[in-house]
Amino acid sequence: MASETQSAASEHAVGMPQLDFATFPNQIFWLVVTLVVIFFVLNRIVIPRIASVLADRHDTIQRDLEKAEELKQKAVEAEEAYNKALADARVEASNIVVATKAVIQKDLDKAIAKADAEIAAKAAEGEVKIKEIRDNAVKAVKVVATDTAAAIIQSVMPAASDAKAIKTAVTARLKG
Amino acid sequence: MSAEAESAGNGFNIHPMDQFVVKPLFGHGDVGMFTITNVTLWMGITVLAIIALLVLGTRGRAVVPSRSQSIAESIYLFVHKMLEDIAGKEGLKYFPYIFTLFIFILVANILGLIPGAFTTTSHIAVTAVMAMAVFITVTLIGFYKNGIGFLGLFWISSAPLILRPILALIEIISYFVRPISHSIRLAGNMMAGHAVIKVFAGFAGALGVFSVFPIVAIMAVYGLEMLVVCIQAYVFAILTCVYLNDALHPGGH
Repeated sequence: MASETQSAASEHAVGMPQLDFATFPNQIFWLVVTLVVIFFVLNRIVIPRIASVLADRHDTIQRDLEKAEELKQKAVEAEEAYNKALADARVEASNIVVATKAVIQKDLDKAIAKADAEIAAKAAEGEVKIKEIRDNAVKAVKVVATDTAAAIIQSVMPAASDAKAIKTAVTARLKG
Repeated sequence: MSAEAESAGNGFNIHPMDQFVVKPLFGHGDVGMFTITNVTLWMGITVLAIIALLVLGTRGRAVVPSRSQSIAESIYLFVHKMLEDIAGKEGLKYFPYIFTLFIFILVANILGLIPGAFTTTSHIAVTAVMAMAVFITVTLIGFYKNGIGFLGLFWISSAPLILRPILALIEIISYFVRPISHSIRLAGNMMAGHAVIKVFAGFAGALGVFSVFPIVAIMAVYGLEMLVVCIQAYVFAILTCVYLNDALHPGGH
């Protein structure tokens, strides 16, 4: 067996080298050494390291997602606050408008009332003057009519001249 | 070997099995148990490659991984997910063992594709040791976790009573065939692919100008082999997970 192995090693393979049982202890020994080394490297270094990296990444992503969620919540809150402020401002503005309108209306009403009162006073005054003027005019007309009638009668038939009768007749005539 | 006879006959210099010969690195002595051989060399390179990828590649421990770190993480997650999907949460206890087997077979297979390399996983001695280790460990776990109930794996309670003894016999045979198929599948795939490449390479040497055809064929087979080496590592690991699942949940089928 040994000589055959040697010849196989130095010359060409005879049959299947896989079935050369003389090399089995060697292969098995080195395989076991290799696997044990790999196992320790993996178990001591690689697996804990990769597991911790993956856990870290998972945590980081989780944290980032939570943060993003929080920020989104804040943004929503900010938007709500803004909308609320806007609505409040609108309400206040309309209140101010209403209040201002009321004040202006009041002033306006007052001014109108005052103006009306003045107008009424002036109108009354004017009426009094007009009445006076008219009365004076009627008196003047009566005097003129009486004088004219007396003059006419004096010249037409001086015998019938009676001042009192003429005055009565003119007055009756003016009333009619 | 027919290739030997052929080469002796028509002058082709094809020795497809030479690449699998285990020989001492220094001198021409016998291959003893502790002799430093090409097996030692390539297993050593395998270990170094694994350390380079999984230890040096992840030394940054970055939350946003570098390229090498993300490769290491992908392999880790791939094996982890496979084990969890198949064997459940209880199976995760055995993750370092499955990971060891998977990464060793994967890296050794890929390194074996380097021209001139020695493929450690093409040897039945190597794959059989791993398959037997899996078989024995899984059987022990099965009995340790379930006691005698582990034998329920062979007693199919959903089958009609009259069929059960026959099924039990078939199940027992298939159970004991597992390590054989498990190991020969891997070694056979590795050996066949590498031998085919070597045969084509021998033709290329002999055909002169027409060697372009064998070279194209080598490229095609090489591409196929890249696929096969990864798939075989995956198959070995996934079958280990399946066997482990049988041991952890014998009534689960």
